[in-house]
Amino acid sequence: MSTEVFKVEDGTDYAAHPAPVIEPPRARTARTPKATRTNFELYGWLFMRVSGVLLVVLVLGHLLIQLVLEGGVSKVSFAFVAGRWASPFWQAWDLIMLWLAMLHGANGLRTIINDYAERDTTRFWLKMLLYTATVFTVLLGTLVIFTFDPNIR
Amino acid sequence: MATPTLEKTDEAPADAGHLVTVTFRIRRFNPEEAPDAFWEDFELRIDPKERVLDALHQIKWEQDGTLTFRRSCAHGICGSDAMRINGKNRLACKTLIKDITDIKDGVAAKPVTVEAIKGLTVLKDLVVDMDPFFQAYRDVMPFLITSGNEPTRERLQSSADRERFDDTTKCILCAACTSSCPVFWNDGQYFGPAAIVNAHRFIFDSRDEGGEQRLEILNDRDGVWRCRTTFNCTDACPRGIEVTKAIQEVKRALITRRF
Repeated sequence: MSTEVFKVEDGTDYAAHPAPVIEPPRARTARTPKATRTNFELYGWLFMRVSGVLLVVLVLGHLLIQLVLEGGVSKVSFAFVAGRWASPFWQAWDLIMLWLAMLHGANGLRTIINDYAERDTTRFWLKMLLYTATVFTVLLGTLVIFTFDPNIR
Repeated sequence: MATPTLEKTDEAPADAGHLVTVTFRIRRFNPEEAPDAFWEDFELRIDPKERVLDALHQIKWEQDGTLTFRRSCAHGICGSDAMRINGKNRLACKTLIKDITDIKDGVAAKPVTVEAIKGLTVLKDLVVDMDPFFQAYRDVMPFLITSGNEPTRERLQSSADRERFDDTTKCILCAACTSSCPVFWNDGQYFGPAAIVNAHRFIFDSRDEGGEQRLEILNDRDGVWRCRTTFNCTDACPRGIEVTKAIQEVKRALITRRF
């Protein structure tokens, strides 16, 4: 790709000159892959907006309950968590918050990787690392919420 | 210098009271001479009501004939001379020196910086390789697509229908918007604002029937969803097109098409 760029109208081959021209990353050429015809990016974009609105309520509510109301952060203990998770309402709250926050954050990081990683292999491995960490955290958190045993010793 | 400039005459112009001294700090690059770009200062005596393009002409014609830049019409229509002037993308032929300098006692307080637009390969001085930019433009199919027989007379359209895409017909393809976009700087595979503006011009044209195909193209990985609405493009557009708004309208069309 780099050589065709420098062949200008008069036929001079600038590639023969020693000075390297700084090329921007990932230039669009006629060989750029064509559309994949999926709606993945559309759903991703919508998900970020919807989950963002829900997370404002869920996270701020969570912080308010944990840190401000009824005694503040000092009351948070094993017994407090056990008491909360006895109720299906708080189980559902924490589960939804966990999933939305993890997927929202992962999709945001995916966007940042797509924006900043220039080489295809770098992109691929950064995203694999991200997806692995996300799946692990989401599954572990879900497992804990559902199998939490208040009588553990 | 290697290339000839106008011969200098010793006599000063008769009436030079309106001229001011402005330093132009220009980003120079010549791959045949040196591998690195560098800043070079040129001091000019110039009328502050002149444009930056006039200053570049004066430098090229009187001081250094090797200074390289594009310009064709020199009146803000051809879109050849988009460049980064004082850190902002503008057309050199539409930017008056008095508007971008602070002149005190006939001397500009700060130098005017001029450099090539970002995100595209610099070939020499202020000239960049526009191929990736025009490739993105071609990829959105910027032409009328219709089906059936051609009408014997012109395709009629109501004023309201014409008004719908009026803003995006103003584009002159100068690349000021695309080369001001931080997403494009980092990933040139992104279509960029200019291509989306020109897709918008046909998507919202009531006479056109290819809107569906264009929406499909812009729905992809490198399409409108990469836009971060930083409004750099709207600020940069020398034609005053509301570029970010056009991109958002394409997003909305994609979502309403789906739901």
